[in-house]
Amino acid sequence: MTLPATTIAQARDGLRRGDFTARDLTEACLSEIGAASALNAFTTVTAERAIDMADAADRARASGEGGDLLGIPIGVKDLFCTEGVRSQAASRILDGFVPPYESTVTAKLWASGAVMLGKLNMDEFAMGSSTESSVYGPCVSPWRRTGDETPIVPGGSSGGSAAAVAARLCLGATATDTGGSIRQPAAFCGVTGIKPTYGRCSRWGIVAYASSLDQAGPIARDVRDVAILLRHMAGHDPKDSTSAAIDVPDFEAALTGDLRGKRIGIPAEYAEGLGEETAALWRKGAEMLRDAGAEIVDISLPHTKYALPAYYIIAPAEASSNLARYDGVRYGHRAPLDQGDGVTEMYEKTRAEGFGPEVRRRVMVGTYVLSAGYYDAYYLRAQKVRTLIRRDFETAFGAVDAILTPVSPGPAFGIGEVTGDPVQMYLQDVFSITLNLAGLPGVAVPAGISANGLPLGLQIVGKPWGEAELLNAAYALEQRAGFAAEPERWW
Amino acid sequence: MSIDAATARKVAHLARISVAEDELEQLTRELDGILGWVEQLQQVDVEGVEPMTSVTPMSLPRREDAVTDGGIRDKVLANAPDAREGFFAVPKVVE
Repeated sequence: MTLPATTIAQARDGLRRGDFTARDLTEACLSEIGAASALNAFTTVTAERAIDMADAADRARASGEGGDLLGIPIGVKDLFCTEGVRSQAASRILDGFVPPYESTVTAKLWASGAVMLGKLNMDEFAMGSSTESSVYGPCVSPWRRTGDETPIVPGGSSGGSAAAVAARLCLGATATDTGGSIRQPAAFCGVTGIKPTYGRCSRWGIVAYASSLDQAGPIARDVRDVAILLRHMAGHDPKDSTSAAIDVPDFEAALTGDLRGKRIGIPAEYAEGLGEETAALWRKGAEMLRDAGAEIVDISLPHTKYALPAYYIIAPAEASSNLARYDGVRYGHRAPLDQGDGVTEMYEKTRAEGFGPEVRRRVMVGTYVLSAGYYDAYYLRAQKVRTLIRRDFETAFGAVDAILTPVSPGPAFGIGEVTGDPVQMYLQDVFSITLNLAGLPGVAVPAGISANGLPLGLQIVGKPWGEAELLNAAYALEQRAGFAAEPERWW
Repeated sequence: MSIDAATARKVAHLARISVAEDELEQLTRELDGILGWVEQLQQVDVEGVEPMTSVTPMSLPRREDAVTDGGIRDKVLANAPDAREGFFAVPKVVE
């Protein structure tokens, strides 16, 4: 059964007109999910709950309600705690964990009438750029290279979210972004994702990776759809003291596509080592924004090359602290113990069995850089570099309204093609990670197709709390890029 | 600074992650690779730069120091691998 609507905006309008019901829409999604197990995008399907929520939405509509998300079926990244539904952050260490509470972001979505289809695959604890490091097994992109059946990664860590939207299993999905985990998978799968300003969405009830960098956001088909979803995910939450008490505007109302009088910066440092294909797309993107009325300005972000190494001190340091809670006592997996094992052996065996290799590495790197004698040389220095990176952006935003960059160095790669040296995988995030360090919002918009037939995205970076203006710039780019390619259905 | 096997073993213990002897060499190599790579931060002039403590300039809000939640013992224990008589159970800690 194909979906009666291709975007959230279309579904909203169709539901309002009575062309179909939330139940129709939800059943169509569930049927698509059932036929797409080869993608391994959904890890838990909450079919009964989805039907109940859809029926409730239809009843609410009959009694006069009609919000933007009423009856819209969405998927939820496994990092979000969902009450009564297994939430494991794709890790063995949270085996069988069923939260007795709901994350603030998902609670807001359900209060707006959205329908929960299930949980989505991801890299374990959101540490990764390919969704290969999941206890559920790798997620596979619906995209393939031209004339080649090699399974392709959907990007990560929110690979399940991007793959599910790209394969039309759901109309939108929640995701999170600590170093690029919304934007890179969106770009790899030819869909749209926004990482909002740090503090725009509450982090409460989202499994923590690196708390000063983690931020939730949506992945959906297009700019309008992410604008609609973000409005219903964002807002102050007393349970997250870093969530900002700043009004959430109607992001959709800002979408005019008119960039007259706006200045868009092109940072010279992002051209370093860039492949010709991505470089050409970037130049084309600048032309599109010029066509929308913007002035294109060359800018410099001099500390860009230090963003990745700074991140790989700060994020593991925070992770080593956040993940200390997984000790086999309060939830999840506990290793079987030998005669005479004490509490330390319980911790050490549980964590060795429960964490995958990348998580173990990052926890140990974090432990090392925070350990006595090394704190100043690593962590403190990285936090100073972080100040310099933020300062670069503040200076740039004195002269421009937004910044255009690539999302990642190239298109998606095949499953198993980037292994061995962990640093090679880290380099995926070279263009996205700066925003997390500076707390800035960024949108990934699909803008072209690579020579081997895979989607390529461009990133627009906005000022803090400037998501409305940022989404409008993304909308102007989207209109001119006219990306309409679809993965050929093989699953 | 380069990592040797003894340091890797010590870090693993501090992180409370057991590492088998035959995994130690690979772990040492990986940690050394990552830490060698982040070493490039030493090139940055950070003289007089304040370390970032908050990515958005905001002061943390205060609230009344009051109990707002609780009385949910069974919910708290519901996911425990071993819960007995209203407590989390662990191997003997005190000799």
